[in-house]
Amino acid sequence: MLSKSIHDIAASFSRRGVLAATAGLILGLAPLTGAKAADDTIKVGVLHSLSGTMAISETTLKDTILFLIDEQNKKGGVLGKKLEAVVVDPASNWPLFAEKARELITKDKVAVVFGCWTSVSRKSVLPVFKELNNILFYPVQYEGEESERNVFYTGAAPNQQAIPAVDYLMKEEKVKRWVLAGTDYVYPRTTNKILEAYLKSKGVAQEDIMINYTPFGHSDWQTIVADIKKFGSAGKKTAVVSTINGDANVPFYKELGNQGIKAKDIPVVAFSVGEEELAGIDTKPLVGHLAAWNYFESIKNPANEKFIKDWQAYTKNPKRVTNDPMEAHVIGFNMWVKAVEKVKSTDPDKVIDALPGIEAPNLTGGVSKMLPNHHITKPVFIGEIKGNGQFDVVWKTPSLVPGDAWSKELEGSKDLIGDWVGKKCGNFNTKTNKCLGSGS
Amino acid sequence: MLIAFALPAHAGPFEDGVAKFANDDFSDTEEAIGVVASSGNKLAFPIISALQDGRLMADPDSKKVYVTGTDGKSIDAATGEAVASVPDSASAVRLNNRLRRSVDAAIGSLTLQSPDVGTRLQAAQSVFKSHEETALEAVDAALAKESNRSVKAALGEARAAILLFKSDATEVEKLDAVATLKGRGDQEALALLTGMGDQPASVTKAATSAIGSIQSSLAVWSMVQNAWYGLSLGSVLLLAAIGLAITFGVMGVINMAHGEMVMIGAYTTFVVQEVIRTRYPALFDYSLLIAVPLAFVVAGAIGVLIERSIIRFLYGRPLETLLATWGLSLVLQQAVRTMFGPTNREVGNPSWMSGAFELGQITITYNRLWILCFTLAVFAILLAMLRYTALGLEMRAVTQNRRMAASMGIATSRVDALTFGLGSGIAGIAGVALSQIDNVSPNLGQSYIIDSFMVVVFGGVGNLWGTLVGAFTLGIANKFLEPVAGAVLGKIAILVLIILFIQKRPRGLFALKGRAVEA
Repeated sequence: MLSKSIHDIAASFSRRGVLAATAGLILGLAPLTGAKAADDTIKVGVLHSLSGTMAISETTLKDTILFLIDEQNKKGGVLGKKLEAVVVDPASNWPLFAEKARELITKDKVAVVFGCWTSVSRKSVLPVFKELNNILFYPVQYEGEESERNVFYTGAAPNQQAIPAVDYLMKEEKVKRWVLAGTDYVYPRTTNKILEAYLKSKGVAQEDIMINYTPFGHSDWQTIVADIKKFGSAGKKTAVVSTINGDANVPFYKELGNQGIKAKDIPVVAFSVGEEELAGIDTKPLVGHLAAWNYFESIKNPANEKFIKDWQAYTKNPKRVTNDPMEAHVIGFNMWVKAVEKVKSTDPDKVIDALPGIEAPNLTGGVSKMLPNHHITKPVFIGEIKGNGQFDVVWKTPSLVPGDAWSKELEGSKDLIGDWVGKKCGNFNTKTNKCLGSGS
Repeated sequence: MLIAFALPAHAGPFEDGVAKFANDDFSDTEEAIGVVASSGNKLAFPIISALQDGRLMADPDSKKVYVTGTDGKSIDAATGEAVASVPDSASAVRLNNRLRRSVDAAIGSLTLQSPDVGTRLQAAQSVFKSHEETALEAVDAALAKESNRSVKAALGEARAAILLFKSDATEVEKLDAVATLKGRGDQEALALLTGMGDQPASVTKAATSAIGSIQSSLAVWSMVQNAWYGLSLGSVLLLAAIGLAITFGVMGVINMAHGEMVMIGAYTTFVVQEVIRTRYPALFDYSLLIAVPLAFVVAGAIGVLIERSIIRFLYGRPLETLLATWGLSLVLQQAVRTMFGPTNREVGNPSWMSGAFELGQITITYNRLWILCFTLAVFAILLAMLRYTALGLEMRAVTQNRRMAASMGIATSRVDALTFGLGSGIAGIAGVALSQIDNVSPNLGQSYIIDSFMVVVFGGVGNLWGTLVGAFTLGIANKFLEPVAGAVLGKIAILVLIILFIQKRPRGLFALKGRAVEA
């Protein structure tokens, strides 16, 4: 998902630079909370776009962190101090993400930052976090192939979402022919590369895999849906694995529904469609299409029910939905609180060393653990879209799946591991026993 | 069948089968569907159809299963006796895709002899899709009684599909089946023929030739389909660009906030639908008809306001206009984001805009068809307005020679405001139509602004017909390039072609001639 909006990049031929500057001026990017630099608070940075194309997804995550901080303060804060949120708006503009991150760390002196959605925004802030040695919690599923000392990845790596979804289709739906459809940017391209390698290792022939990329914000899906229909009429059960980015999904699903492609004929399993995205669609024609996530709002569990109730009370909106990246923030936030309490300090170096091994309950009944590669263990669920815009869980992994920083399916990365505990290295080659170091 | 009726109400295979629905386990449910569907019990159809609609309730504690009727009355699924109410602990039996296919197949074979022609046709089609051997008997029985021609044909095709996959069917039967499927000639027939597996040599040969003939006929249809898709894409481009053809093409204002007018039109549709949903749900199918004039008025009024407050001070200063309207577009986006929230808003399709129909071997969706008609209608009305009304005459006069028009007594500044309002209003109308096929989000306009400028510049600034031809040319070219080059490369190719074209003919397809150009 990483990026609803490299849309912006696409639009940026002419616009982006000025857009950012103008947006900055117009919208006033000053921190929303007052700068009472009191020593009795711990500052927590929130780096999510509140304007621009990404606001559609990121605004909710900002609210989530504010909600979590509010809850934590009710419990007495952390180390006897209250938490204080410092919210900035990087306005869906990648270079601005880096600027705002720098501002948070140097000017506001935050102890930790929760933020970013797109991979490109994460890549943009990476050097800042390395240079100023601070902590970033990144809550969105992404393409993997990364493990950095200063970043903790609470979203899913490909082996925690894409691979189990494909396994499900192979086993339960007996799918033999695959359409890998995605938006044209780094997350779908890397994920599809991993999936293609995985499918071939399972004996799927090249002619049974169709890969299709579309530009950002693609709205005319007629040709592609017709192609999928044609590809699906080769006498073998066909499914679509969709890494289509959030915004383009509505017209895609509308076209599927209108052309009469039902889930029982050609199911679509999506990695970027959650409760929030479905809020904009009439889901009746989509019943049965699938999504793979580590969390669904519909999962019945006391922890989840309490969270939803408190969240809706906090936002004063009884219809406000919850989604997977929100849960990732919940887990990440609780892990950070535990690590801080363990070392009795908010010093980033101490917290970074303390985090691996920390466990925090997730909202689906399990306990997630931070791994030495800075990814976490998560359960994987396959949900079917229901008529009311929610998901019905039809399958889940028997146990929690540890996140792989480096995919085991790709030639270049299958020997690499991230290990910040023993090896102190994000890309350690187990064959040559060497750390490749930075520059990956 | 009679045996089943004679059975006492206590545990028989049927009752055991029904009880399995309560286990909330997909494999058990699948077994239950098989048992119930083949039981011959008269409750089989109500149970399976209730399962399909999510009206089959199962109580996990007592293992009792209930059918809730569409009228709200409930019966015990095992006995058929009416019950006063379904216990609160009961929930609808869940389905997944595999089970939905089984349910369809079961309903298909249960309704092959339904008194209703439509139901029978549907039944025959779902049997064709599932082509399970067990349905053969039911198909033969139905075929013997069927009198309706299209249902008979569908049953014949279903029979052929079953025989093709039946291992002990004779060679003659299979050859017949291949011929029937060849006659059907669509993608589904092709799917069956290519996936049929090992067959006697003669059958394989017949199938190969049938596949060849179906494929070549489908190739011709796919050209027709591309042309239709091109027209449809062209109509969307035209609709988005037509307002810009007025503000940019006729007035020469570089209006970067054009896309936001489209967005405002889409949000007007959303508001209209919200009001209708909460107050007058019966009117839902008319929501778009109500939204069109409203969107025109709202977007038009905002357009007039913008012209009066900003643009009129900037005539003749294109760079400043560009920057000002651009800033304005950001302000409008953020305003909408603040008012309606950053997430997508749901705009429903009225029933007459949902679904599709088959024309030969291509699928034409109603929403695209209506948008094409609507676009042409808007275009015709706009053209007529410019040509035959006093306002239209004044507009043309002012844009052709402002000073002379002023000396003839035309209030030029009033005409400017109205022209800009007209262009914005038409963009608002476009928003109503686009809300049917795209996201209604604050970013809606952004995705159309570049395309709109492209169409207007390509077609020739200041010429509505140029915009029309430009939009359809780009749409069709795009759709013929897309299957060959892919969506991303196709779009790049179109952009490169336009750049080359503009180098050659800087004034676009239909350049204006005469003194107006130099002014």
